[in-house]
Amino acid sequence: MAVATGKSFASRFGVHIAVFIFVAIWTIPTLGILVSSLRDKDQIIASGWWNSFASSTQTEAGRLPPASAQVEKDGKFVLEGNIFGDDPARDISAFGVKSSAPTQYPAGTTADLGDGETLQLNADGSFIMTSTKPFEGKRGQRVYYASSAPPKFTTDNYNTVLFSEGIGRSFMNSLTVTIPATVIPILIAAFAAYALAWMRFPGRALLIAVIIGLLVVPLQMSLIPLLKLYNGVGSFFGVPSKTYLGIWLAHTGFGLPFAIYLLRSYIAGLPREIMESARIDGASDFEIFVKIVLPLSFPVLASFAIFQFLWVWNDLLVAMVFLGTEGDQIVLTAKLNALLGSRGGDWEILTTSAFITIVVPLIVFFSLQRYFVRGLLAGSVKGG
Amino acid sequence: MAAQIFSAIFVIVVGVGGCVAYFWGANKLLDIIFPSRGVAGAAAIDNLRRQGMIRPWLFVGPAMIILTIYLIYPVVETLRLSFLDRSGNNFVGFANYEWAFGDREFRNAIFNNIIWLAVVPAACTFLGLIIAVLTDKIWWGTIAKSLIFLPLAISFVGASVIWKFIYEYRGAGQTQIGLLNAIIQYFGGQPQVWISLPFWNNFFLMIILIWIQTGFAMVILSSALRGIPEETLEAAVIDGANPFQIFWKIMVPQIWGTIAVVWTTITILVLKVFDIVLTMTNGQWNSQVLANLMFDWMFRGGGDFGRGATIAIIIMIAVIPIMIWNIRQANKETGGH
Repeated sequence: MAVATGKSFASRFGVHIAVFIFVAIWTIPTLGILVSSLRDKDQIIASGWWNSFASSTQTEAGRLPPASAQVEKDGKFVLEGNIFGDDPARDISAFGVKSSAPTQYPAGTTADLGDGETLQLNADGSFIMTSTKPFEGKRGQRVYYASSAPPKFTTDNYNTVLFSEGIGRSFMNSLTVTIPATVIPILIAAFAAYALAWMRFPGRALLIAVIIGLLVVPLQMSLIPLLKLYNGVGSFFGVPSKTYLGIWLAHTGFGLPFAIYLLRSYIAGLPREIMESARIDGASDFEIFVKIVLPLSFPVLASFAIFQFLWVWNDLLVAMVFLGTEGDQIVLTAKLNALLGSRGGDWEILTTSAFITIVVPLIVFFSLQRYFVRGLLAGSVKGG
Repeated sequence: MAAQIFSAIFVIVVGVGGCVAYFWGANKLLDIIFPSRGVAGAAAIDNLRRQGMIRPWLFVGPAMIILTIYLIYPVVETLRLSFLDRSGNNFVGFANYEWAFGDREFRNAIFNNIIWLAVVPAACTFLGLIIAVLTDKIWWGTIAKSLIFLPLAISFVGASVIWKFIYEYRGAGQTQIGLLNAIIQYFGGQPQVWISLPFWNNFFLMIILIWIQTGFAMVILSSALRGIPEETLEAAVIDGANPFQIFWKIMVPQIWGTIAVVWTTITILVLKVFDIVLTMTNGQWNSQVLANLMFDWMFRGGGDFGRGATIAIIIMIAVIPIMIWNIRQANKETGGH
């Protein structure tokens, strides 16, 4: 818009700021889980992820050695050592002996605990505890301290969730569900779309209307009858009712209206002259479809494939109903949902698992965005 | 795991191979039964006509069978089940519907769904339109659009985890690790358990869907804005219109049809919203919606298919006006073809 360039500097600056704010709001949430998934799990709960590059301060509890470790020095009983053991990586800023006042004394000072006992805890974790009477008991003195740890980034969380939380397995399950459920509908839809676009037969207009109507039918309408059908088929043939084959067909069925709609509108737009000259040369409909229509339709096939891939990969409802919510076949989305229940506060598990579930769609999305947008523009009547 | 990969590859090969074999074989068979080449004139014409009658059905046949099993039959069956009891054996008339409208949880779900319908499509369309207009004016607009578009690729469950982390709550005075409470505490406010605040928790769930869907609205509207003829904008500027007048009086009326499409698409999505509510609250603290309630009844206490089907029918009834509108639009467009 050439006319807009004459506007003041301030208003153009305002546009940049406004867009920047929108972009920030839309990216920061995702950034949050990416950063958190790479943090040390103790640091995740000790400080917000936006502080992850600064040292984090956390209040912890430790125990001094029991009475058996005491030595007698100058008439006093002394316990000495380092509270971190052999790994004094952190800096203590304050300490205390009561949980109600965990940071009562600055590090390095000698605290009078009463009853002739004193405790000194230094920044590096070394301590000296003295008493005029011998220490007693099997358990040592409880000590609280605030320590700051340098920022620590790690891929441990990924190791944990992939190999011991079952996310790796679920990742494979998701792929197993998604790839066939993306490929199978394409061919079936392409043939139907060609027939609806270029062949004349009675009832064609009605079929198109039915397919457009089915585009918006809520998935919820299908769940109960199909669940009953699957259970019936399962018990009749003595096979499990929750199978990959079942979910492939279900996703094929749910994806078909959109596939046919999208492909038909594209194939109908192909130039009539090409079809007619092929027909005059004696090509049959089958030959025209395979040799002309399919190659020319590549962009729209790609669009649909991306849609279907993202839809199936991200789906939770169909997977929960037709594959179940536990067991060997559980897909990533259902696994993540289960983890939200069982590992509710363990953010190192949740953020890492969430990032693993979204990384494949993000890669597909960024590498094939052009086709995705094209499909979106062509098929925006679909309910999703 | 190797066995699983192998079986997946096997299925792809069998599935695709089966499809190809069906389409190729059926065509071949048709040519053999009604040969059009190598037979006398009249018979060949006859056979060609027969081929022309049968072949389209070979092409649409598999799609029709699958659509019938997976969508058309279930719609009829769900309607039937909604008049039956929990086991699906005994006719109970309108008892399930009477139950629904008397049930506190169901009414809560309807109420929440109406709020979702009022807020989410409007917010997505409005924000999408604003962002589309703004990003058109700057050199890094494409990058900005890509980033705002990105959540569309994220699953609802993934998005729920992302936002649950933002809403994470710690007691007042403690270090907040949830971004929202950290900001509130920084400015001296009281941290809140956002997803259990009665009534307002709905809005915190809606934000997730708005975050996901704004990119969709933005992309569609952005392409519609590009289609506005330059002359109309220039004429408005020459006549002294300010940017707001240009936006509301010139741009918006010209893309009204696209706005309607975006609005209805998101409306349908909102009616089916399930994953977000399930993962964030599972309908607790008065945040229930119809789709989640339906899922709940499918499995609650061994499953009540009658009530589940009834809730599905009610979602369907809400969709029907949009369905009719879509079919009419499509008929108008394809009328000439």
